[in-house]
Amino acid sequence: MNLTLKIWRQKGPQEKGQMVEYKVTDISEHMSFLEMMDVLNESLVAKDEVPIAFDHDCREGICGMCSLHINGEPHGPDRGITTCQLHMRTFKDGDTIYIEPWRAKAFPVIKDLIVDRMAFERIQQAGGYISVNTSGNTQDANSIPISKYNADLSMDAASCIGCGACVASCKNSSAMLFVAAKVSQFALLPQGKVEAKERVLNMVAQMDIEGFGNCTNTGACEVECPKGISLENIARMNREYLKASII
Amino acid sequence: MTTLNSRVPEGPIKDKWTIYKDKINLVNPANKRNIDIIVVGTGLAGGSAAATLAELGYNVKAFAYQDSPRRAHSIAAQGGINAAKNYMGDGDSNYRLFYDTVKGGDYRSREANVHRLAEVSGAIIDQCVAQGVPFARDYGGLLDNRSFGGVLVSRTFYAKGQTGQQLLLGCYSAMNRQIARGKIEMFNRHEMLDVVKVDGKARGIIARDLITGEIERHSAHAVVIATGGYGNVYFLSTNAMGSNATAAWKIHKKGAYFANPCFTQIHPTCIPRSGDYQSKLTLMSESLRNDGRIWVPAKIEDAKAIQQGNLKPTAISEVDRDYFLERRYPAYGNLVPRDVASRAAKERCDAGHGVNATGEAVYLDFAAAIHRYGSTQAKIQGLHNPSKEEVIKLGEAVIEEKYGNLFQMYEKIIDENPYKTPMMIYPATHYTMGGVWVDYNLMTTVPGLYCIGEANFSDHGANRLGASALMQGLADGYFVLPYTIGDYLADDIRTGKIPTNSPEFDEVEKSVKDQLEFFINNKGTHSVDYFHKKLGQVMWDKVGMARNEKGLKEAIKEIQEIREDFWKNVKVPGDLNEMNPELEKAGRVADFLELGELFAKDALEREESCGGHFREEHVTEDGEAKRDDKNFAYVAAWEYTGKPSEAILHKEQLEFKDIELKTRSYK
Repeated sequence: MNLTLKIWRQKGPQEKGQMVEYKVTDISEHMSFLEMMDVLNESLVAKDEVPIAFDHDCREGICGMCSLHINGEPHGPDRGITTCQLHMRTFKDGDTIYIEPWRAKAFPVIKDLIVDRMAFERIQQAGGYISVNTSGNTQDANSIPISKYNADLSMDAASCIGCGACVASCKNSSAMLFVAAKVSQFALLPQGKVEAKERVLNMVAQMDIEGFGNCTNTGACEVECPKGISLENIARMNREYLKASII
Repeated sequence: MTTLNSRVPEGPIKDKWTIYKDKINLVNPANKRNIDIIVVGTGLAGGSAAATLAELGYNVKAFAYQDSPRRAHSIAAQGGINAAKNYMGDGDSNYRLFYDTVKGGDYRSREANVHRLAEVSGAIIDQCVAQGVPFARDYGGLLDNRSFGGVLVSRTFYAKGQTGQQLLLGCYSAMNRQIARGKIEMFNRHEMLDVVKVDGKARGIIARDLITGEIERHSAHAVVIATGGYGNVYFLSTNAMGSNATAAWKIHKKGAYFANPCFTQIHPTCIPRSGDYQSKLTLMSESLRNDGRIWVPAKIEDAKAIQQGNLKPTAISEVDRDYFLERRYPAYGNLVPRDVASRAAKERCDAGHGVNATGEAVYLDFAAAIHRYGSTQAKIQGLHNPSKEEVIKLGEAVIEEKYGNLFQMYEKIIDENPYKTPMMIYPATHYTMGGVWVDYNLMTTVPGLYCIGEANFSDHGANRLGASALMQGLADGYFVLPYTIGDYLADDIRTGKIPTNSPEFDEVEKSVKDQLEFFINNKGTHSVDYFHKKLGQVMWDKVGMARNEKGLKEAIKEIQEIREDFWKNVKVPGDLNEMNPELEKAGRVADFLELGELFAKDALEREESCGGHFREEHVTEDGEAKRDDKNFAYVAAWEYTGKPSEAILHKEQLEFKDIELKTRSYK
């Protein structure tokens, strides 16, 4: 198939960016979206032009590196997948596709389609851990039984890949789903209860410092999340936050 | 020929590690504050090492090419992590895990290292649970286990199909705690481009800031390489796009021996390639072979019709199907180890029986399992004389519960419903058992330079068992390196900070900058990927699943030619001092072009078939791998002398005192 691509180009963080139009031809429907981008980049190299920079790594939907805003949706029109798992059969011959970076104040553009997600790192550093040293002498793994129900809920929350689609999809650029996923993972486990109060207060405080917006329960994040992280986690974090604030 | 000193401690195998720990030198907490350690790579091995070393009090500088440690490719591991906990009460023990790993590795690993791995495996699970890793649990609230290939017990702990991700997030959270305290200085989007030696010891690295393009000097008292394997030498593999061998190869060129490069794992169940544009291959979990039956059309005309799209697999009758694994290996059937299954699939495809347009795919068929499960369900539900449709519906529900996410992943990529038509699979490069040679301390042949995780060679011999890679990465980082590195650093407590303005740093920095400038200024005719794909094709065709002398000699020559062409004609657009992914790739492919040659040379030298290394000249009468313990029970450790073709072979003789060498048979 033949396609028209309108892609955000921006040379550096301080430079002014713009949408640039490219044509690609003979695209196979079996290609992944990023393989289509590879084909475009190879053609740009052949013409001595600078290829389009985009983040990607594992190309199997788990590392969270890829981050394209395609036709107005994070990770494109398909559901429950990352950009690298999107295939060209989702599009039709002759389509025009708009490709942009994540758009949020807390995710400044580094180059072209690559954004800086260090804000997420700092939020994790503010409390996204359990304070246990590696000693080889922690108690036996089976000494604390954890109900399967809670362990499964914790696992669901922990499956967040930190891609930032939740922020990109949110009209307020809120990071609540991302932060809530980590807070919930630990809040649901006995190991995480010891530091629960400090964790939620510190992570939320850092989230605010980074300039993410507030949550208005629209739910776009849950729809666009490639891992299907539930909005219930935000409710759980709000309860944790309230509890930590008053006790 | 020199003999390598593996520094394995004395004593009975089960006491070696304990005796060793009792005798090593320690560094007191106040002195640890004066010692710097560089950790390159932040996957399971590097991440766990960085966190633990920082907890101990050392000043750690950690480097990752991704924008966060959480994205290292350990994250893609699906199945699980082994540990000899014996929670199932099925007779597991440290000795059994040790034995299975040595045997699974076709007797080409170092006994003492593997036993230590088994000894610390249980503590890994304890540590991860304490960190909040949400392992799967049963209804009683205790941890669940499952079974993997090549063993007779259930010792695999898992977190859905995302075990690697959850373990890595555990390391990452431990790292974050230390980053927040300033004990780890994290350098995201940085790539190590060379190591700096001062007075023969590793004392720092040269790294490039991938955002600004700036070249940086970093010094330390010891350097740890944890940068994973070199599977991308094949261009197509299940590795991440950025996975590369540059750090490992650069230290090899600075004196670290490179061991057994020809030991590479080709995983049998991956989604086949579909066209020239293919950028990577996707793994389907080994667990699918529990219920899927692997076959190809028995008649070559049927295979041709399928390749041309004129026949559907479901139209081929039972008698015209060749279930070749069940036919060749009746005892293990579809559950033979990875190396055996991969070779058998290739043999059928080479004979013209492959089943997709490229002829490079075999079927993995769940129809029998769906029928079997469906019939059982019908009985359980008390349905008498259920219709065929009812049985299939019930059976599909069972399969969906077991493998739903994998089936969905397959359908997304191939656009076919694997419940209704057999899956197509083909082997792909997945893991490299070979790597940088290390002694018992995990130190390379360069003092102060360590190598851990997949990047080293030590624990998996010629073939790795499923769910053992995660175990080794975390064992090295959490429980082995933090001890062994202290023994070395105890001599460095009075050294003081290592200056970066020395002539040694000047020299290495200059060579790094010269190479980068060369790429930008070369203005050649072909992109980096053009050369990488050519290299990958040679590696796959001649140094892939089956190798022979003629092919390997051709491969060496062809790789040399591609390398020469690369250095003349490579084109790298963009500038030095900016984010430039093409420039990053150029440096990595330059190193693959050298590593590939050493790989082929090692394969040529090893005149036997063992594990993932299959030489067509060395087969039994019925076409199976024929190992030669008399002449090849050694680790081939290569010393760099200027060119891969002139590398010098050093042999570390492997001694099997606790396990008897036997032929692996799966018939």
